[in-house]
Amino acid sequence: MRYLGIFVCGLIFGLGLAVSGMLNPSKVSAFLDLAGAWDPSLAFVMGGGLAVNALFFHLLKRPSPYLAESFSLPTLTRLDRPLLIGAALFGIGWALGGLCPGPAIASLAYGSSEAMFFFIAMASGLLIGSKIKQWF
Amino acid sequence: MSIDWTSFTPMTALLGGGLIGLAAGLFFLLHGQIMGASGILGRFLAASYDRQERSGWDWRLVFLLGVMAGPLAYMGLMGGLPQAQFIVSDGRLIAAGLIVGLGTSIGSGCTSGHGICGLARLSPRSFTAVLTFMATGFITTFILNHM
Repeated sequence: MRYLGIFVCGLIFGLGLAVSGMLNPSKVSAFLDLAGAWDPSLAFVMGGGLAVNALFFHLLKRPSPYLAESFSLPTLTRLDRPLLIGAALFGIGWALGGLCPGPAIASLAYGSSEAMFFFIAMASGLLIGSKIKQWF
Repeated sequence: MSIDWTSFTPMTALLGGGLIGLAAGLFFLLHGQIMGASGILGRFLAASYDRQERSGWDWRLVFLLGVMAGPLAYMGLMGGLPQAQFIVSDGRLIAAGLIVGLGTSIGSGCTSGHGICGLARLSPRSFTAVLTFMATGFITTFILNHM
């Protein structure tokens, strides 16, 4: 039951990414290109996602989740250097390639060499980053 | 600034965004955690070589398989995969992937974890992260396309 629930969440996430256009790097690039022929679509993806998720988060409060023992949310509130440096790097990489992590995972379904290259590079970055995080 | 009206797809963007929000909301309600793509993949990868990190690798794998099945579900409904046009060289793509991986692990999140989930729960760290990565995304694109 737990696996099924988690699989369905992943499936809806991947389907939403596909419907929204986030799997298309050239569309992402067009959103980030404010000074060019700007495609504002991705702002609507973020707005729609945020609105629906906020409804769940704030209106459907429960003592514990349905398929796990307890809620587990990040407790850190301090703005620190790793957060700023990491987010800044992420924006640069996102603009260079046109994919962020969710779409990079979903794009494996295409079986294209581009999706594969990006994913393997991103996976390496995730592993290296987790090891060097404390340097920042 | 000029809007490219021919490429602008507000309805599918809202619908797709709504599905992403639904997934994140359900994930939280069922599993009790933030649905962040980079965090889930990063911890899954860490578990695959470090025995200390084994706990939770099973559900993370299930989630990742679900995400990959998403475009296939789209294909089942719509008769084909959505358009995915890569416009850059393989070398730049590999550099981009590496930087995205480094950035999201050092910065503890990406567009889903900080963007969809963190903003919804009004996290100051996520607000800061989103403003930062949007800013560097816009600036990098400006440098690439207009300088």
